[in-house]
Amino acid sequence: MTRTRTALRYLLLAVGALVFLFPFYYMIVGSLQTAPDPTIAGAFPNPANVTGENYVAINERVNLLQGLANSGIFTGGVILGTVVFGTIAGYALSVLKWRGRGATLVLVLLVQVIPFQLLMIPLYVMIARDYGLSDSYLGMILPFLINSTAVLIFRQYFLQLPRELFDAARIDGAGEFRILWSVALPLVRPALLTAVLLTFIGPWNEFLWPFLITKEAALQPLAVSLANFISNVAASTSNPFGAMMAGAVVLAAPAVALFIIFQRYFVSNDLGSGVKG
Amino acid sequence: MTTVSAPPSAAATGPDETPPSRRPRRWLGENPLGLLLSAPYLLFIGLVFAYPIVFSVWMSFQDYFFAAPGAEVDRPFVGFDNYIAVIQDPAVWRSFGNVGIFLLINVPLTVGLSLLLATALDKVVHARTFFRVSYYVPYVTASVAVVAVWLFLFSTGGLVNQILGPLAPEPSWLVNSALAMPTIALFVTWKGLGFYILLYLAALQNVGKELYEAASVDGAGAVRRFFTVTVPGVRPATVLVFLLATITGANLFTEPYLLTGGGGPNGASTSPVLLMYQRGIEQGNPDVASALGVILIIFVLIIAWLQYRFLGGRES
Repeated sequence: MTRTRTALRYLLLAVGALVFLFPFYYMIVGSLQTAPDPTIAGAFPNPANVTGENYVAINERVNLLQGLANSGIFTGGVILGTVVFGTIAGYALSVLKWRGRGATLVLVLLVQVIPFQLLMIPLYVMIARDYGLSDSYLGMILPFLINSTAVLIFRQYFLQLPRELFDAARIDGAGEFRILWSVALPLVRPALLTAVLLTFIGPWNEFLWPFLITKEAALQPLAVSLANFISNVAASTSNPFGAMMAGAVVLAAPAVALFIIFQRYFVSNDLGSGVKG
Repeated sequence: MTTVSAPPSAAATGPDETPPSRRPRRWLGENPLGLLLSAPYLLFIGLVFAYPIVFSVWMSFQDYFFAAPGAEVDRPFVGFDNYIAVIQDPAVWRSFGNVGIFLLINVPLTVGLSLLLATALDKVVHARTFFRVSYYVPYVTASVAVVAVWLFLFSTGGLVNQILGPLAPEPSWLVNSALAMPTIALFVTWKGLGFYILLYLAALQNVGKELYEAASVDGAGAVRRFFTVTVPGVRPATVLVFLLATITGANLFTEPYLLTGGGGPNGASTSPVLLMYQRGIEQGNPDVASALGVILIIFVLIIAWLQYRFLGGRES
């Protein structure tokens, strides 16, 4: 009885894994096909139909390296902003007592439910038209500069540190900055990785905002240039699906690799605490 | 006020600390440094969230148009004109209907499948990491990247239709006006499910094991236990899933833009945000787009409030 139940459970989980992973497998197989083969046999690699040609083809239309570099700068800027300003905000919201702390915490939670897309028009008018920041990294980074979920994760970790630690440091004569720098920050290093991973997903995968703000191809993150390729250019290549999927592999690989390597820092409890506050 | 608050001399060793005078310190709280450390974040929220929301509402009541930076132009107050334009636009109603279809498919599928998979995953011992990682891989991958594969899979002669053979829909999925939106809903469900599985996995840790034992003793089978112990036990998470799925639905842009070539066929998969982009930026009517955004926010808030009320989100 329990045997069959366990077997059923594994069967269910395996079917789930197949459904989630197959498109990625198919992405790689498809990116290596000389001619697109949508038949069932085409789902298996065929040595007679393997080529690296698609990667060359997409690289001719979309500068893959430049796109990756732009995505990297965009993502790096956001991560830097989140780590620098997010940790100190998380620290202030957990360890320090000051007027307005409660209101600020409510604000952090509130910001999570405001859909970014709804701010698209006013932000576009402000950043592109008023500040003249279109086609610049700063304009891309600004609306994402501090990830609010990361602030909550930092706060959660700081809350778990024993208060005696901070009191002891104060008695030893350490100033508040000293306590933050040499006591608190080194202890939240695990949270740092979780927060960085979580923050990474946003800008690396973001399409709408950089799409609005960058018209110059040399500044577009890879997600934007690949999307432009899919919607405008793909039809003019000899194997459009192959080229599209080659680009998709290049865009997906860094994120997937990062999340496989650091999977143990991306666990349910952190996320739960992050979302629930 | 605690008795062991730091003496002013010790606190003053911090480099940015102003010389402490008792009164402002007490007014700003025990540790005014907190305000200083939160200042960048508060500034960011003000600049990127608070001000744009106010600006958006203001814009929706003006005859607003794009002008060169610094140019002095007259943008008269027009009352509810923009709102009337939005309400009289059949494309707007179509897009709201599309989100309705999206939510009807996406929400039950997301809640059901993620809870089912999370429960199964919670009980197994082997290969947990493998399953967990394979479930959230779509979530961490860019929509733009996976859209490319879905376009291939669901194209007219694509693998899905090859497997279905004579059952393949005609016209194919993404160019069929009855199936375009459901296919998008399926795509978004598939892509986001891993995140919700993680949420439910966390929620399942809070369901007392003794409840399951008690139910077993009372003679409840596995299915019964799932519905009487697990489902009520994770209700706060379910409320959250409902809310997040609704917000995702209201935010839909990338998928209709790329999967169905900008909301096709004939607007059957246009989303409100896609319409905001078309009206506001492509056609240069940011005022109308802002009015649409305000209406959309009000809709989302009403739906969120209803879900909160009826699903009982008090514990969350």
